[in-house]
Amino acid sequence: MTNTPVPDGVPTDQVAEGPPIDLPPSISNVEPVLSVRTPIRLEYDFIPSAAAQQYLRAYASKRILGNRSPVDGAVFVPPRGVDPRNGVVADEMVDLVDRGHVGSFCITHLPIPGRRDLPVPYVSAWIHLDGADIGFLGLVAGCAATDVRIGMRVRAVWKPDAELAATAENVLHWEPTGEPDVPVDEAGNRGWALRQAATRGGDDA
Amino acid sequence: MTGHDVSDTVPLRADLVIEYPFIRTTGPVVGAFLTGLREAVLVGIRRVDGTVMVPPVEYDPVTSESLTEVVEVSSTGTIVSWTWVDPPRPGSPWDTPHGLALVLLDGADTPLLHGVLVDSADELATGLRVEAVWRDERVGHITDLVGFAPVARDTSEGS
Repeated sequence: MTNTPVPDGVPTDQVAEGPPIDLPPSISNVEPVLSVRTPIRLEYDFIPSAAAQQYLRAYASKRILGNRSPVDGAVFVPPRGVDPRNGVVADEMVDLVDRGHVGSFCITHLPIPGRRDLPVPYVSAWIHLDGADIGFLGLVAGCAATDVRIGMRVRAVWKPDAELAATAENVLHWEPTGEPDVPVDEAGNRGWALRQAATRGGDDA
Repeated sequence: MTGHDVSDTVPLRADLVIEYPFIRTTGPVVGAFLTGLREAVLVGIRRVDGTVMVPPVEYDPVTSESLTEVVEVSSTGTIVSWTWVDPPRPGSPWDTPHGLALVLLDGADTPLLHGVLVDSADELATGLRVEAVWRDERVGHITDLVGFAPVARDTSEGS
């Protein structure tokens, strides 16, 4: 009879106690196995969609493209060629500026194995570009991680021109611009909800 | 700017890899199975209806009750179903063509999936008696069990 084994370093008061387990004699007086390595790996050949190809080629010359929805004008970035909310083709491309604000963010303190180029703590954020209606993911740097906040205005820090290519890696990170913050209630996805509400109000008037 | 006509250009493409180096904590039941592998012993768990599942699970698949009685089963069993894998899959534990079989171990009521160490599909058959082949250095991982090999001379009587 043995109780649930607890890995080293885990406070015992944080372990949910299961029922005692009966073990056969052959494994009842040996050191129990507590963990197992189960790495996963997937190799794949990626061919971007037509919209993504156009986006990546423009991105190589520091242009950021989005798609405008034919239904309500919402601008998606990166462009996927569709408005997934309405199930319709969205093939109108719009140029976006390389500045916006932090809609939401996460400070990561645990390193990703194999990513020596990403020292902790680092900040990943949903960057809401001016003129876009959804965020897209980027790193925020150029300030202390603890200074990052929802609504903070940021601009792209591009790779040197010689290193630009048709990949998703042309923006090194996003840095604060020093402009006044977007109010939290208008930042990120809340901004879209507010703009939609204002549009409906206008229709009613 | 409208449209997605990129037909005049060579499509972009990239070879990508996604990889996670997971380490899982096992809990006491799966941990018992892995402890058994390290000790070159196969174990299952007794269900509420008295039958034995191999590998062991923490909850009865029918009644959802917690299962707590880990039982040792034999390292010898019978192939109940099999297939032949040629060529071996990338990243699999085997680098040559091999069998995969559901092996019903003596003392178990559910079969275990693992490799069968034979040279060709001609050597495989349902009903074939096989026994576990263990790695010399074992760490508590399913690969401690190299696979199953046909029993050279089955001395058991009856079935």
